[in-house]
Amino acid sequence: MGVDPQLNREELHSLVGVQLQASALPAKLRVGEILDLYRSFYRDPAELEELIDALGLAEKLTDYYRSLSGGQKQRLSIALALIGKPKIAVLDEMTMGLDPQARRDTWELIEGVRDRGVTIVLVTHYMDEAERLCDRVALIDQGRIAAIGSPAALAERAGGGKRVLFVPSRPFEDRVLTALAEVRSVERRGQQVVVTGTGELVNAVILTLVAAGVVAKEVKLEEATLEDAFLRLTGRNLHDSEGDKE
Amino acid sequence: MSASWSILPKHLPRRAFGKIVLNEARLAWRLSVGLIFGVGLPVLLLVIFGEIPAFQKHKASLGGLTAFNVYVPILIAFVIAALALWSLPGPLVSYREQGILRRLSTTPVPPSWVLAAQVIVHLCLVVIALFILVVVGIAAFGIDAPKSPGGLLLAIVLSIAALFAIELSIAAVARTANGAAALGSATFLPLMFFAGLWVPRQLMPGALQGISNFTPLGASVEAVQDSMQGVFPPATALLVLAAYAMIFVLVAKCFFRWE
Repeated sequence: MGVDPQLNREELHSLVGVQLQASALPAKLRVGEILDLYRSFYRDPAELEELIDALGLAEKLTDYYRSLSGGQKQRLSIALALIGKPKIAVLDEMTMGLDPQARRDTWELIEGVRDRGVTIVLVTHYMDEAERLCDRVALIDQGRIAAIGSPAALAERAGGGKRVLFVPSRPFEDRVLTALAEVRSVERRGQQVVVTGTGELVNAVILTLVAAGVVAKEVKLEEATLEDAFLRLTGRNLHDSEGDKE
Repeated sequence: MSASWSILPKHLPRRAFGKIVLNEARLAWRLSVGLIFGVGLPVLLLVIFGEIPAFQKHKASLGGLTAFNVYVPILIAFVIAALALWSLPGPLVSYREQGILRRLSTTPVPPSWVLAAQVIVHLCLVVIALFILVVVGIAAFGIDAPKSPGGLLLAIVLSIAALFAIELSIAAVARTANGAAALGSATFLPLMFFAGLWVPRQLMPGALQGISNFTPLGASVEAVQDSMQGVFPPATALLVLAAYAMIFVLVAKCFFRWE
């Protein structure tokens, strides 16, 4: 953006809005006062009403910060990150502690902001959030980028492909299916058969089974998700590392 | 170059600083520690002392002054010390502790503005409290107007500088708001003792009075007392106050952390 962060922190901060994971505001300021205060920090701030409506803060304007619930504090924090009409907004764990409805609303707000041309850097543990909102995802594993790309490309790269799960009406041999080009592996979990592969996997599997006189019951289809990609690419659990998405 | 940027950003809306000061004033009003202990209590004490008949008698042991005359400078010291040591440290340190300064550092506004705003709000409280003390004192209880107004002003300005500098060092050293409050109170009590809150300086044994002369509030009371009774305050008292101010500003500068 042609701004030297060392020389010109003020200009940089008017271009980049930040929502920090752990930060408080004075307990005895009212929500409206805080919004008004932060709005005064920027030369060309966002319209308050739109932000307030989008984040559902309208009824809380006269409440003290300390009386807000965790989710409301979070929404106020997001509002403050966007109030300066930044070019780039960094949102750290923005939906943590939000109820499902508030989470959906926040996603819609972020999509709206994104569609207006703001670059959003989203830090999250929630893979579904990254999958829904992000154009590009960087998986960060212990401080290093383990993989980078679009959510679909990452899931693909992880070799997740697709999975068909079903219970066969009668026993059959694995090679009936492994012979198919679409099928990569066949696995049995008790009664259930798990077929992994790519392309038109469901059609191929069902048609072949019918031809072999087997009916597939309780058919389920699973697409590889970002979560699979994370686990495969890092070989570790989600709790002790972070996904960082753009 | 970069230093001047961080202190005086050129393109910031000027109203931002005004808003910050306004909000700090609101917080001071709502938290009300400073209002109760720094403004209300000293004025209440002044009224109580003023109503006690014995306090209006001139006493040889007090150098011919009335007890009321003796207590006015002590209450002035009380106002400055209570606002500096009780009211100011809480917000200063809790802003760092709770990440409010860190949050601000992601906006165009430098976090130092908030600290400056807090100091300004507390200075205003000191001025308001002292104004009420002096007006009530003169109007209701017949204190003579200060004989050396210039000396009084100088004594008060230096006392404020010394006490606020001490407070800034406490805010710099303390890690938590509770720690800062404890340290502030622990400093307040001995300083007020040497100011003569419990035993007026005139009645202190010689050795104790000697120590008192070199404590910030002892020097403050001495300087204020002298200017009220008609002489320009002694250079030693003023120098003691100035020295405390300078030393503790340096201490605060060395130890202060933003995070």
